[in-house]
Amino acid sequence: MLIDQLAGNGGNNESSSRLSRRTFIKAGAAAGGGLLLSFTLAQPAAAETVGEFAPDAFIRIDNDGKIALIVCQVEMGQGTYTSMPMLIAEELEAPLNQVHVEHAPPDNKLYANPLIGFQVTGGSTSVRGFWKPLREAGATARTMLVTAAAQSWGADPATCRAEAGQVIHTPSGRKLDYGDLAAEAAKLPVPAQVALKDPKDFKLIGTPAKRLDTPPKVNGTAKYGIDTRVPGMKIATVMACPVFGGKLGSVDESKAKAVNGVRQIVRLDNAVAVVADHMGAAKKGLAALVLTWDEGLNAKLTTRDIADQLDKATQMPGVVAARAGDVDKAIASAAKTVEAVYREPLLAHTTMEPINCTVHVRKDGCDIWVGSQVLARAQATAAAVTGLPLDKIVVHNHLLGGGFGRRLEVDFVTQAVRIAQQVDGPVKVVWTREEDIHHDIYRPYYLSRLRAGLEASGAPVAFHHRVGGPSILSRWAPPAFRNGIDIDIVDGASGPYAFPNVLVDYVRQEPPPGLVVGWWRGVGVTHNAFIVEGFVDELAATAGKDPVAYRRALLDKAPRARAVLDLAAEKADWGKVLPPRSGRGVALVFGFGTYIAQIAEVAVEKDGSVKIKRVVCAVDCGEVVNPDTVKAQIEGGIIYGATAALYGEITIENGRVQQNNFDSYQALRMNEAPVIEVYLIKNHEAPGGMGEPGTPPAAPAIINAIFAATGKRLRKLPIDSDALKLS
Amino acid sequence: MTFTLKINGTDHQADVDDDTPLLWVLRDVLGMTGTKFGCGMALCGACTVHLDGNPIRSCITPVSIVGKSAITTIEAIGETAAGQKIQKAWLDLEVVQCGYCQSGQIMSATALLASNAHPSDSDIDAAMSGNICRCGTYGRIRAAIKHAAQQLTDAN
Repeated sequence: MLIDQLAGNGGNNESSSRLSRRTFIKAGAAAGGGLLLSFTLAQPAAAETVGEFAPDAFIRIDNDGKIALIVCQVEMGQGTYTSMPMLIAEELEAPLNQVHVEHAPPDNKLYANPLIGFQVTGGSTSVRGFWKPLREAGATARTMLVTAAAQSWGADPATCRAEAGQVIHTPSGRKLDYGDLAAEAAKLPVPAQVALKDPKDFKLIGTPAKRLDTPPKVNGTAKYGIDTRVPGMKIATVMACPVFGGKLGSVDESKAKAVNGVRQIVRLDNAVAVVADHMGAAKKGLAALVLTWDEGLNAKLTTRDIADQLDKATQMPGVVAARAGDVDKAIASAAKTVEAVYREPLLAHTTMEPINCTVHVRKDGCDIWVGSQVLARAQATAAAVTGLPLDKIVVHNHLLGGGFGRRLEVDFVTQAVRIAQQVDGPVKVVWTREEDIHHDIYRPYYLSRLRAGLEASGAPVAFHHRVGGPSILSRWAPPAFRNGIDIDIVDGASGPYAFPNVLVDYVRQEPPPGLVVGWWRGVGVTHNAFIVEGFVDELAATAGKDPVAYRRALLDKAPRARAVLDLAAEKADWGKVLPPRSGRGVALVFGFGTYIAQIAEVAVEKDGSVKIKRVVCAVDCGEVVNPDTVKAQIEGGIIYGATAALYGEITIENGRVQQNNFDSYQALRMNEAPVIEVYLIKNHEAPGGMGEPGTPPAAPAIINAIFAATGKRLRKLPIDSDALKLS
Repeated sequence: MTFTLKINGTDHQADVDDDTPLLWVLRDVLGMTGTKFGCGMALCGACTVHLDGNPIRSCITPVSIVGKSAITTIEAIGETAAGQKIQKAWLDLEVVQCGYCQSGQIMSATALLASNAHPSDSDIDAAMSGNICRCGTYGRIRAAIKHAAQQLTDAN
């Protein structure tokens, strides 16, 4: 798995438990005299931080019995503000209705993601990474509270138990609330080892807990970064050079300055911002600016250039990422060979909350109000830009109105700090939707070349996947890019299947400087699932086999993959006859520690338009924390993937993105949304990630359903309706 | 110029240009941030508020055309019978993920339910397809609207 390799953990599901044995926990007096527990995780990649303790905490119990759980993984809709507290509360024996949740501040030492090595919410890692450490934190606090109660009663701790925020002396029935025990518990030594519950004793984990973050989200009181309001704050909107990598030329600001409410025009190297009393005035001011740009080297860039470069580069072999047997030899002696080229476009994220960041730069410090997946990186970029020490940069985290990978970047924080340096007082920088689409950190353009050899029976004897595209990892986490291999771009490049001979090679081709590419929901797994599952479907068709049966025959060594495939097929009525121009398609994916199979049912109209009618999904993500959240993430992941399959494409002409807003960069809407059914396989395997796995199978399941409906094999996204028209 | 706007039953004043979209008056001038900015072109529905009970996109509605009409926002929609049922259904069925679009979704759904006690699937499509949700909560929104309709019927 990608994230295990990022942390140098060797790629198995035991990584979190091996890490957690090195979890250090310390107790101390909280400000109010209560019990405070914090832990740091020893990171293989940052051994110098081992044993260092900071005053921050995951659990804070005050004398009034208020239990605060500090959540270091940010909430962007995936339910982590409920699942993380559930892990702690399960072992702490505190009902969720007795706890409240607080955002953690940026701190790479205290709050490093155990699977990635620094503070980040991404890669579907929150439950996987914190599954054991947070339960240990809860169990440690519980053990200390029980000990404190036993001491006050002169009783044996073994005769006491914790339940619903109290310690109970079982023989006598005496009870003490956690709040009454907090001060005494804080004086106790931290136990070296604590027992975690047997999963059969879980009361919270595995039950559908009500989400803790949602009540304020239905009455307008929830605060996202864009809702920041601080005294004296101005509002700015910004326009960067529409050509990637270009610079700001001349600015005639006379008309903009005349707009009622416009206060200031700020020039940056590559952008201009209008600072105003409100966004209406800022937008009006921006429209009134007369601008010229130094368009630079990309002035003539088109998407075709990027595609052609990748096409050419992938003619030559790449760096070998995986090899088993001898693919060339096996293909040479195969009864049939199949070859194909698959292409995927640049994609934007279009989080519903437009990009924004509020900054107040002073001589002695800087405050930032933002919703970010990488709080410590937001802090670090502000320090770098201002020259202030890290501890003078205060980051106030907020709920995220969608992340999807966009908020794993801090380009907009850097920009907002630069603007704020020129503004007297706090300024909220808000991008328009057009700016968001013109200057996203896009999912890359990808091109893959595939070859396979089939036996006379149709079974594949060889599978060769040459993956072409940029390396996001080399920019975002350079140490993880080793020996020319980007472990993300080849993640899932041969699917969950056992091919006798396999070759995966990687051809790196970066886009021109100025066009920056980054993570997008499902990352490498999404990128490869479309290609691999489309191509395996082609192999099944070439072999004249049923697509489910063909896959199933390749899964002897992957029983969990086979089980989700079987369950999806059963629930989706696989094999049952559909009307003409309708079809079902299957996709099977392993990613983020989770097995997932989807079967899409589509109808293709005479005009070539595709209606996705139903998607059935079977999931094995191991131990489930909050089952309804798992289902919700799958539902949402499917819509996100289906949106990209139907509509997602960023194109460039003359160095400029041609899409502008939700009219030209469309999102799936209510009237287009398929019926979605999600079935969970229950077991006690290590928990898999859930924020992303719903997305990867969506596009290939749809494409394969279109093939079943029309006989047309689409090897390029988004779906080309013209190719599906009935002539 | 100065406009007097009746918002959630209370008069508010704003000194802005007459072409200023109502959205920015609500969010930036008056500090009512429950109504969201999503696109600025009436393409996504995040900014939906009610004008005399009808759903409108505040991002393209100039403040000058509001006049004496009553504006209702997400902050007060729970004070209406339909709005209260919709909000409760949203929580009962766990509709919400990131939640950013949900102010607009709830305003559109409330307007639908207030005018149509038993919305069909096609009624829901017609009323809700202007509201984008990138978290993909559409299936739950549909179910929650039907749930709220049932609750409202049972209450009456």
